[in-house]
Amino acid sequence: METIKVTIDNKQIEVPAGTTILEAARKAGIRIPTLCHLKLDDMNIENRPGGCRMCVVEVKNRRNLAPACATECMPGMEVNTHNIRVLNARKTVLELILSDHPFDCLVCAKSGKCDLQALAQEMGIRKLHYTGEQSHYREDTSPSIIRDMDKCIMCRRCETMCNTVQTVGALSAVNRGFMAVVAPAFEMNLEQSPCTYCGQCVAVCPTGALTEVDHTNAVIRLLADPRKTVIVQTAPAVRAALGEEFGLEPGTLVTGKMVAALRQLGFKYVFDTDFAADLTIMEEGTELLERLSRYLSGDASVKLPILTSCCPAWVNFFEHHFPDMKEIPSTARSPQQMFGAIAKTYFAEKIGVKREDLVVVSIMPCLAKKYECQREEFSTDGNPDVDYALSTRELANLIRQANIDFLALPDEEFDLPLGESTGAGVIFGTTGGVIEAAVRTAYELHTGKKLPRITFNELRGMENIRSATIDFNGTPINIGIAHGLGNARKLLEDIRAGKSQYHAIEIMACPGGCIGGGGQPLHHGDSSILKARQKAIYEEDARKPIRKSHENPAIIELYKEFLGRPLSEKSHHLLHTHYFDKSQRYIIKTEESEA
Amino acid sequence: MSRVKIELQEKAVNRIKEICKSFNNDPGELINVLHQTQHEFGYLPAEVQEVIASELNISVAKVYGVVTFYHFFTMVPKGKHPVSICTGTACYVRGAEKVLDEFRKNLKIEVGQTTPDGKFSLSCLRCVGACGLAPVVMIGEKVYGRVAPEGVKEILKEYE
Repeated sequence: METIKVTIDNKQIEVPAGTTILEAARKAGIRIPTLCHLKLDDMNIENRPGGCRMCVVEVKNRRNLAPACATECMPGMEVNTHNIRVLNARKTVLELILSDHPFDCLVCAKSGKCDLQALAQEMGIRKLHYTGEQSHYREDTSPSIIRDMDKCIMCRRCETMCNTVQTVGALSAVNRGFMAVVAPAFEMNLEQSPCTYCGQCVAVCPTGALTEVDHTNAVIRLLADPRKTVIVQTAPAVRAALGEEFGLEPGTLVTGKMVAALRQLGFKYVFDTDFAADLTIMEEGTELLERLSRYLSGDASVKLPILTSCCPAWVNFFEHHFPDMKEIPSTARSPQQMFGAIAKTYFAEKIGVKREDLVVVSIMPCLAKKYECQREEFSTDGNPDVDYALSTRELANLIRQANIDFLALPDEEFDLPLGESTGAGVIFGTTGGVIEAAVRTAYELHTGKKLPRITFNELRGMENIRSATIDFNGTPINIGIAHGLGNARKLLEDIRAGKSQYHAIEIMACPGGCIGGGGQPLHHGDSSILKARQKAIYEEDARKPIRKSHENPAIIELYKEFLGRPLSEKSHHLLHTHYFDKSQRYIIKTEESEA
Repeated sequence: MSRVKIELQEKAVNRIKEICKSFNNDPGELINVLHQTQHEFGYLPAEVQEVIASELNISVAKVYGVVTFYHFFTMVPKGKHPVSICTGTACYVRGAEKVLDEFRKNLKIEVGQTTPDGKFSLSCLRCVGACGLAPVVMIGEKVYGRVAPEGVKEILKEYE
């Protein structure tokens, strides 16, 4: 590869041709401040509109300052990243951005994690020299995400996530000049757009313009209500990331401390969504086997590949974009919803609490889960199976609010019976995990033989789209895996075109799977954090004494006492669902569009 | 916010599809598609944008983004007699603002709007290349030069 020599702050460095000044500087250990820039290494995606101008540097013999993120190194280039001209320009630019930004820092949800706030501190901005008009937009609240565009700085990271990475197309920059804003088509609300609530926009927003709907106060009130029995379930990916909120290294497992914290917060029973993940495998795995055996016996009406249905953003995605294929995904509900349905029937009965007095809270790495638990089909007589879904970040806030010293907590165990889980349930938290868990069970149910091995390395990893063929005792089963909705779209288009060779496909909406969910501690596009979380998930799996869902004693008991068998009538009623065509939802005329 | 779903006539949908096809359904031709569609339909209402988005396989938000970026594109039908006031530098310094105010007062509409009877719409443009005649007003294809605020009523009378 051709390399070129440049000098940055008197340091000589050699970089491949095509490297930007920003990348070259980082390589040399020089940190240039950025605001709009976002780079997702593993996905080969970079947001660099060069719009914020925070990264300007002086290039010798060039008249104006150059944005480091969008200027390529040239041979012999001499760059200065922090002389007085550069610093003054950056301060002016930052003050101009701040002149059209509310001063809500004290009460802003992003305070302390806001890139704009951090830069203002770093630059030592103490006074604004510019005052002028400020933009005002109506606030847009959806079931999962709040848009407060007064705080938008037009970095357009959310657009990159929504359009390039996820190919959802809910957001675009609209209007021009001072009126420019990022919005759904016709400036409608997110709820009327094809938004899937994956929350990747929230995860990359540098300011408080995009935040999650916060349910912590509602949960605090319920915990204080003596008439209510409040129980909690925790998704697998939460334990692999929650520690980061308390200063622990990415990839530190905090399962025991998390359970202890939830118990201290006042949850009557601390249960595990992993239990419901095992239940999902029983239902989804059986459904896969049923479809497969019909297919192998020559039934032409059977729909293959079967697609996983655990991810609510993914469900929203195909309901909006591929409604013609809504019969293909498994009808199994997500683990969150399976848990809620079992908790409010089987478990409520067991402890003698009325449905309306039992409150189910879930801790999720996800924002789409907030929307999912509000879906009408997941409630009985207006009482939802899951009352509130809190994100990992909200749980961290709850722990801080209750002045619990998280790091000093002892390790505690989940309650029984809905806290009993296997290694197969844990790996639901990462891309590739659901299908590996399904293979572990489906193989044994199908062949009646013990698996020769438990881990399937061919299904693991971070590549965007992966495939593997697993030998089911003489029957080759082709498996596909995609994470990130843009990658899912590719597999779906192949299926639509009749080109797909897969029998089963796992899809997770967020890059990395749930470990990279929109409700997780912010990873700022650093894929090493995702890899550390993934490693932690597999570690927890390896540590479990039972690693196959169908061997979970609490699951065996549940079927014996209550459900009968997988795909039974009761299972269908409580654990399965159906999908809707939502593609027409946004083909509506606006009488008047509001700004 | 009141919203109603309206169905486009099948003929209109087919025509939009034809326009898209004449540009090979290429997303890079979006601006040309919008130009041609507005030329034929007079404006670009939401549902027209939705058809274009689906034909070019891009998001509706993206199409709307482009429509709202360029002043030329409009989501409101133009009047039978579109009134355009030049607010370029020469016209501006010679009192275009006052002329514009007079049109707004007489037509009782703001810039970008159309009168309820659909007769007139009001817009601003930048320079028609007749700076010697400033301030300049165009109604349809006809150009009026050295327009004074007092002359506005007289001009509108021509279209009664």
